[in-house]
Parts: sequence; C-alpha cells; structure tokens
Amino acid sequence: MWEEAWRVFTLGDYNTRVVMAGTGLLGLAAGVVGVFLVLRKRALLSDAVSHATLPGVVLAFWVSIALGMTGRSLPVLLSGAAVTGLLGMGAIVALRRYSPIKDDAALAIVLSVFFGAGIALFGMVQNVEGVHAAGLTDFIYGKTASMLLSDTLAIGAVALGVCGITVALFKEFRLLCFDEAFAAVQGWPVLRLDLLLMGLIVLVTVIGLQAVGLILVVALLIIPPVTARLWTHRLGTMTMLSGLFGMLGAGTGSLVSALFERMPSGALIVLSASGFFFLSLMFGTEGGVVPRLWRRARLRRRIRRQHLLRRVWEMREQTGRRHFHARGLVERHGWLPAIAALELRAARRAGIVRRINDTEWELTPLGEREAARAVRNHRLWELYLITHADVAPSHVDSDADRIEHVLDPEMIRELEELLARERETVPPPSPHRLDAPPDGGGNGR
Amino acid sequence: MIEWSVIDTWIIVVGVLSAVGCALPGAYLLLRRQSMMGDAISHSVLPGIAGAYLIVGNREPLTLLAGAIVIGILTTVLIRLVKHGGQVEGGAAMGVVFTALFALGLVMIRRAADHVDLDPDCVLYGAIELTFLDTVPLLGMDVPRAALLTGGMLLANLVFLTLFHKELKLSSFDPGLSDALGYSSRLLHHVLMVVIAATMVASFEAVGSILVIAMLIVPPACAYLLCDRLVPMLLLSAAFAAASAVLGHLSAITVPTLFGQEDTSTAGMMALMAGVLFTAVFLGSPKAGVVARSWHRLQLGARLLSEEILGLLYRRSEAGEAAAPLMFSREEARRAGQSRLALWLARQRLRRKGFAHFTPGGMLLTERGLHEARRLVRAHRLWETWLVEEMNLRPDHVHGPARRLESITGESIEEQLARETAGRTRDPHDRTIPPSSDV
Amino acid sequence: MVTRTGPQHPEPDKPGHAPAPAGPAGTDHSPAAPISIHDVTVAYDRRPVLWDVDLDVPEGRLVGLIGPNGAGKSTLLKAILGLVPTISGRVSIYGRPLAGQRKLLGYVPQRESVDWDFPVTVRDVVEMGLYGHVGWFRRLGRAHVRRAREALERVSISDLADRQISRLSGGQQQRVFLARALAQHARIYLMDEPFAGVDSATEKSIVGLLHELRNTGRTVVCVHHDLQTVAAYFDYVILLNMRVVTHGPTEEVFTEENLRKTYGGQLTLLSSAATALAQRR
Repeated sequence: MWEEAWRVFTLGDYNTRVVMAGTGLLGLAAGVVGVFLVLRKRALLSDAVSHATLPGVVLAFWVSIALGMTGRSLPVLLSGAAVTGLLGMGAIVALRRYSPIKDDAALAIVLSVFFGAGIALFGMVQNVEGVHAAGLTDFIYGKTASMLLSDTLAIGAVALGVCGITVALFKEFRLLCFDEAFAAVQGWPVLRLDLLLMGLIVLVTVIGLQAVGLILVVALLIIPPVTARLWTHRLGTMTMLSGLFGMLGAGTGSLVSALFERMPSGALIVLSASGFFFLSLMFGTEGGVVPRLWRRARLRRRIRRQHLLRRVWEMREQTGRRHFHARGLVERHGWLPAIAALELRAARRAGIVRRINDTEWELTPLGEREAARAVRNHRLWELYLITHADVAPSHVDSDADRIEHVLDPEMIRELEELLARERETVPPPSPHRLDAPPDGGGNGR
Repeated sequence: MIEWSVIDTWIIVVGVLSAVGCALPGAYLLLRRQSMMGDAISHSVLPGIAGAYLIVGNREPLTLLAGAIVIGILTTVLIRLVKHGGQVEGGAAMGVVFTALFALGLVMIRRAADHVDLDPDCVLYGAIELTFLDTVPLLGMDVPRAALLTGGMLLANLVFLTLFHKELKLSSFDPGLSDALGYSSRLLHHVLMVVIAATMVASFEAVGSILVIAMLIVPPACAYLLCDRLVPMLLLSAAFAAASAVLGHLSAITVPTLFGQEDTSTAGMMALMAGVLFTAVFLGSPKAGVVARSWHRLQLGARLLSEEILGLLYRRSEAGEAAAPLMFSREEARRAGQSRLALWLARQRLRRKGFAHFTPGGMLLTERGLHEARRLVRAHRLWETWLVEEMNLRPDHVHGPARRLESITGESIEEQLARETAGRTRDPHDRTIPPSSDV
Repeated sequence: MVTRTGPQHPEPDKPGHAPAPAGPAGTDHSPAAPISIHDVTVAYDRRPVLWDVDLDVPEGRLVGLIGPNGAGKSTLLKAILGLVPTISGRVSIYGRPLAGQRKLLGYVPQRESVDWDFPVTVRDVVEMGLYGHVGWFRRLGRAHVRRAREALERVSISDLADRQISRLSGGQQQRVFLARALAQHARIYLMDEPFAGVDSATEKSIVGLLHELRNTGRTVVCVHHDLQTVAAYFDYVILLNMRVVTHGPTEEVFTEENLRKTYGGQLTLLSSAATALAQRR
C-alpha cells in the first residue's frame, strides 16, 4: 500500500503521468474560461449544458455501433456530446426569448429533460445484445483510469487551444462581461463574442466528460474562478489564479484517484477543488469569511465606541460637568441599559473612562483625546454631507481615523471655516452647533 | 406486443404519486425563481442518503427523513454562506455547493457499498421497475413499499401546502412584505427547502434524484404557461405531472419495441415525456404559445396590410384613377414590414369581405370596398387632424399613430372625433377628409 | 421628562417654530412619536449606507423623505421595518420595539420589488396586506375580505379585482399596492416612491388619498424624487444624505425660494437646503 502510494505520488507510474498531464491541462482551461462564465453570471448554464450532453454521448455510441464501429471512439462520442450540448443551450436561449419562463426554470427544464432523454436512450442501448455499454457510465461519473495517451493528447490540445483563444480575446471578453451594452455601442460584435465564449464552455465541458463526468464537470468551470475571486479583485490576476486552482484541483484529484481505483475520479477531483475553495472562503484576503467578520466586528466596535465618546462629550457640553451618569445615556439618548453597561465596561478596559463612584464616570486623558477626535470628525463629516450633498456620499467614511485621511486639506479648512462662521452669527442653540474640537488636542473647555 | 401486468400498474401508481408529490412544492420553486435550488438539493441529497445509511445502517423512512432534513438545511445554509460570505453570485454559489456535496456523496456511497445494499445508479436514476420486489401487506394486498412512501409524501405535501398556502403565497410574491408582516421569508425558504429535500428522498427510489428535477419544475412550467391564478396552476401542475408519469411508463415499454428493444428506463421516459408535454404547451398554448402568438401577429399583419391596400385604392379613386387596377407586390408588402404569407392572407381578406375585385391586372375597389376605404381614410385623416391640433404633434409625425388608431376606430369614436375637430374638411397635409358615409 | 435642549420637532400647531437643525446628535426622543429612530447605522460590509440617523417622525404628518441617489432613503424605510440588519441603534414605534407593533405599519415597496408575472389577482394581492392580522395557518375571515374590497374601492380599482396583475398599467399596479397598504388599516404608512412611473391622473388621486390619510391622523412617510412637487404634496420634509441633513415642516425647510434656487441656479437640492439653513441662522 505505502509503496504504491509512494509510486503514485512521485509520478513513478507512466499511466499516472499521462492522466495527470491531461487533467491538469483540462483544469487549467476550465479555470481560465470559467472566469468569464462566472462573471457573466451564467455559472449554472454550464450545468444544464453538461447534463444535456448525455443523450448525445449515447446516440453517438448507438450510431457508431450501427455503423459497425466499436462505439468506444472518444472523438465520436464527444462530437455527439457537443451536438446535444449545443442543442440544450439553444433550447435555453429559445425559452428565454419566446416564453415568459424565467431563466432558472429554463435551465432546470433543459437540464432534466435532456438528462431524462439520455437515461431513456441509455436504457435502450444497454439491452442491445452483444454490446458492452458499461463504458458509457464513465462519462457520467468520470474515470481517469480509462484515459489513454491518445485521449490525453486530444484533451490537452483542445485545452491549450481554449486557453490560447481566451488569452487572445482577453480584452474583448472582459468588456463583454463588464458592460455588454457599452461593448455593443463601441462596435464590438457582442453576439459573436458571446457565442464564441459559450462555444468554448461547451468545448471544455465536453473534454471534461471523461475525467470528471457530466454531472460534476460544471464544478471545474465554477469552483476555480470563485476560489480565485476570494484572493483578488483584478481580472488578470483572477484568471491566472483560477487557472492555477483548476490545475491544482484536477491534478490532486486525479493523483488521489490513481490511489483509490474504485472511487469515481470526478468526485475526487471536485472534492480537492472544493477543498481549496473552502479554505479560500474562510481565509481569502478579498472577501474570506474570517477577515470579513473580523472587519465587521471591528466596525461595529468602533461605531459603538464613537457613539459613547460623542454622547459623553455632548453630555459634558450640556451640563458643564466632567462627571457623567451612565443613566444619562439611557434616559437622554435612548440606549438600552444593557448596551450602555457593556460599552462602558469595554471603554473602561480600554482605559478611556474611569469610574468615580457607584453611578458616576469620567473620561481619562486618553478618553478626552479620543472623544475630541471623534466629535471633530463627526461634526466635520456632518457639515460635509450638508454642504456637499450633491456629491454622492460614496466616499464618506465614518470609520476613518481622521477625516484628513479621506478629504483633502483644503476641503477641511473650508468646513472648519463654515463651522466657525456659524458660531459667530448665531449663538449655538445646542451643543451640536459648537465648533469641532480642535484637531486631536485634549481641550479642556 | 405489450403485455400489461400488475407490475406495470404499480409502476404507474408509484410514478404518478411521486410526480404529483414533486410538482406541488415544485410550483413554488418555479414561482420563487429558485428552480435551480431544486437542482442543487437533488444533487446534495446523495450524501444525505449515504450518510443516513452509513450512520444508521438501514433505509427506513424515518432515517431517510432525518437525512433529508439535515441535507435540506445544510444545502440552504451552505449556499447562503458561500453567497454572502464569499460574495459570490447566487448561481455560482449553488454550483460550488452542490457539486462539492454530490462529490462527497459519491465517495461516501462507494464506501458504503461494501456494507449495505446501495447502488449509486439506483439513487440517481431510480429503480421504479424494481419497486414491486419490496412489498408490504396492506388491506390484504401486497403493496410496494415505494407506493406507501410516495403516497405518504404526497399526503404530507398536500397538508403542508394547505397549511402554509397563505404564507407561501405571500413570501413567494413579496418577501419584503412577508418579513414586514412578521412572516419570516428566510424561515419559510428553509421550510420549503426541507420539504423539497424530503420529497426528493421519498421519490428517489422511484424516479431517481436527478430526474426528480424534471418532476419538480417541468409540470409547473407547463401550468405556468397556461394559468394566471395560483390554485389552478397548482392543480394543473399536478395533472401534468400525472400525465408525464403515465405517458412515461407507456412509452418506456412501447417506444423501444420500435427499435427492436424490449423496454427502457421509465424514469428517463417520464422526464422526456414531461419535456414533450412542455414543448407542446410552449408551442401550442392559446395564451402564450409560440404558435398562437405568431398566428395572432400574422392576422394582425394581414389586417393592417389589407387596410393599407384599401387606403391606396381610395387615394387612386381620389386622383380620378379608380379604373386603373392596383398591383400590390411582395416587395411593397415587405416594405410595410409584412411577410408574403401576410400579403396572401390580406388578399384573402379583401376577397372574402368583397372589398376588392381581382383582375389579372391587379385589384379594383368594389362598391363595398369603396365604402370601407372611405371610412378608414376618414378616420385616418380625422386622427391626423386631431393629433396635430389637440396634441400639438408635428404634421410629419402623425401618420404612424393615426395608422394604428384608425384600425380601432368605431362609430362612436369617429363621431366624437368629428365633433372635436369641429367639422374640418382638410387634414394637416391639406387633403380632403371624406365625409361620413351616411351623409 | 428631560429638558429639551437638542433639536426639537416642531408641533404642527406652532408655525414659525425653528425647524430642526441639521444632524441628529442629542435628539431627545418623545415616547409618543410614531417612529423614533435612535442612532441607527446600517452598513453593507464596510461602507455605511445610513450613518447615525437619529430622529423622531412627528404624528399625523405627511412626510416627504428626500435626498440624492444613494442617500439611503429606501434603506431607512427598510430599517424602520426591520428588513435590513442594523449595525447599531434601534427603532421604536410609539415608544415600543418593532416586534409587537408590526400591525401599525403599512408598507408600500417599490413596484419593481415584486414579480408582476406572478399568478395572483389584484384581490389576492390586496388580501395579502391583511395576512399580518390573522397569524400563521389561519385563513382570512369575512371581515378581512370586506376590508380588502373597501380598500379596492378607495383607490377605485374594484372593477379590476379579478384581473391577473401583469395585465395592469403602471398606475394601476401602484394603486394595487396602495390598496394593499390601506387594507391593513395601519397608523403609519411607509411608501417607497409611490409616484414612480405612474400617470398624472393616478398621481393626483394618490396625493388625494395621502392627504385623506393624514387628515384622519395617520402618519405617512414617502420616499419622493420629484422636487417640484415636494412643497405641494408634503407638509413635513426629511432631507437625508446618509444621515439626516435637516427635517421640519415643509414651508420652513423647503421654501419656494429654495426650490427656485435649486432649479434656477443649477444648485442641487441639498446644497440649497444648506443655504436655507445658513440663512436662517
């Protein structure tokens, strides 16, 4: 057992090397094209198409038997697959255009009906006497072990071709995915590009049938791009990463399946690709769950802390006393008592407030500085939103440490002057109209 | 020749029960635009079943139900997690989750196959043909276990849909309002997904987990094309599902004989027949069918074209060339945006109504035709006048609208028009407005 | 009750009262306000959409909720209804948490928010508004059905009751939504752009209806876009731009003069509102 594993993992086996090369290239091509499939929000279209290949495979098998061939010729079977796959895609487009049926239902209808037709045909072929149709199930679950060198060469060649076309048309596909209407206005042949993209998808689906099987081949097109997306926002990087993840997933999977011959290789390939995905989902730098939860919790903490600081500051401005009651937060500002207590405890731990006696608190010097900064930021932003409201508030960042980090100094000077002017014209009716506390300083008014 | 046996009857019974049981909750999937959730759950049911076998070691309905509930919730939650956590588009999120779960299920089943009698093919395509092998005595009959299972599932679904009719309707139509009124749309979504998963587990023996999607979505899609009320749509979905099951089995035992084979998979044929029914409805539905709509468009085209011809003929008689026959070529029809077929129909219409007289040299207006043409031209020019004077449209912009309006102008509208244009006799292009015919 | 030092909500019977100043800080919430929003912040991921919104909506007013695109107007309505999670803050309805007060709220969402091909009739949709009154599993009673019928009559679409909703014009669809909210007999109505895409006749009759609601003591909050009609339609205005810029009776916050400025001088709405604020001080 261990010797065998060693031999497999060191690629000592000729067969394993052949299979690895084939599936690796397949994963690469699927990853690269899949990026555009996913970005065009058509991920599940490929699922419907791959299921629609089944009747084609079976029909091609039947026809070649009837013509006196062995029925196991890969190119013949795959051409059949491509024909019904395209037919399925056409049916989806027709439903979308000529019926009130929604997209999702069109996919489900085509997927299940074509697959049903495939199963029905398969049931007939199985009963043909003297024909061994069992090999056809390899196309459903995938079986890398049955890949021959010639198959690998064919798959590799198609995969490289698909990659080449995608890279050559990278700019066009990007435009198509990002803004179809704009591309059309610019005079790009949008329809033809779209058809080409879908054609490439069908091609990858078809060459993936043998290794991954038609139920799961869609995973090779979807999982790597989605994985890559979790690490980058840039399309170029995403495409490269996606190709890489595709290659890694397919390679690892077929390596493992060389070890466990009874396991369907498609399942192992998909499992290893989804292993990469779930790791990325957790830890990916651009949208991984852990970094995002962390950021969100931090945002929530900061916003609560800023509320506390501002409220304390305002209470002090109103009463003129340094000390404040926790009750004030509840009664005057509608805080829930539990939240007020929680926040105060957290603030004490952070050294921002300290307790004077049973009911009263005060800001520490650190707290003074923090509160001054929070109030200043807050009031400047507020003024900005009022005076520059015609600007969409998209870059307003209440979370920024200092307003200076976001707005340019000139703007801030303007806002400060405005605050000051208002104070001169009318005495402030509420603390809210007071000018912003001076930048960063702990002012002891 | 077909030999009918009690086995075939039971196959049809099981097929109908599971198909109807699937179609009812499936209708809500279709309406909620979540058909592919059905696809996703149907794939992820596999590890649920395999897990239930591996853990409990039997295939009792309760075991399966537990597996279904777990898998229904797990799939929904995972998809949500991937969608929102990974900020992935919904379809891609489903694709990621169900392929991963399906792959896991395949591996689990291969491992389980050593211990229990479980065949992945059976889970995927069903073994409705073998259901009669496993029977339980009931009321003095040997009833297949699968019939009881699918029957129970259908009953449970009926109860579920009746109980939750109001809530499902509301949350499917307007999830926002549903939440605002206190019916959590997310909770209802989860409940529906669990019901779908349970339905699938109950029917996988019969139709297989992949073909279940056909029964979930295709019959409701047929009904959707035909109905515009919810309850009739549900009933019709059930009818289409039952029809697919019956036709499916019949064709499974008849069609292969045409090719010299004995029979084929009933489940596959059920899906295919559902597709055939759907195609028929898609093409032939009187309301939204492709055929009906093209026929309607053609009729409309022919009518517009015949009116166009009448107008031309009238203008000729205005110019004093009433005796010169009019050739209206295909080329002219094409320029008017109408097909050759529409032209043929238009000529038929003119002939049938006795508006035109056909000579080898072309068409001539008959007395009736002159009457009709005058009415149309009068309506057209009145409209043009009205549009220019009352709506302040530019004279060169009113021909199109007037052309469309003249077709629908009846007597009362014409009178009103005449009143509002205050008896004008010249239109904006300075042509005479023909007087009303009865003057 | 604590002394009122912060921004105050002008009473309808006291014209000339200084409109509430900009910003929410220090608002003293009246326990009786139909809607009190306490320091609500809503953020999608990192970027806040609503930031420290803090205000009371006064009772019995017809309130226009106005602001530029992306100002968070719809989000504010959804936050009031509890349809979006808030990062901080809370909303109370007549001084109580939302959960027990849902029946008091009638919601008219944007028309695009639902699928108009859905196989239901006008009557079905209107009856949906009453589902909140019966609870899980229970059917509507005869009284509810009657209420739905009355609501249909009030927006004069009784003759369309059995029509499938896709066969309605935009104005008719909006009337259906209104009827649905009316059937709820709510005390507070929240409407997301009720005038979007309706013909002028419908718009007029909707305005009439809104005034009627207000006159019978209901509080109505509408997200609104068309600045020209603000002064004519609403008697109270909330200007929102991620946070509350200002709010108060229309004649004070949103004067004719400001409007003319808004349109004459290429000024946008809110900067003119800001000018108005500055002038008042």
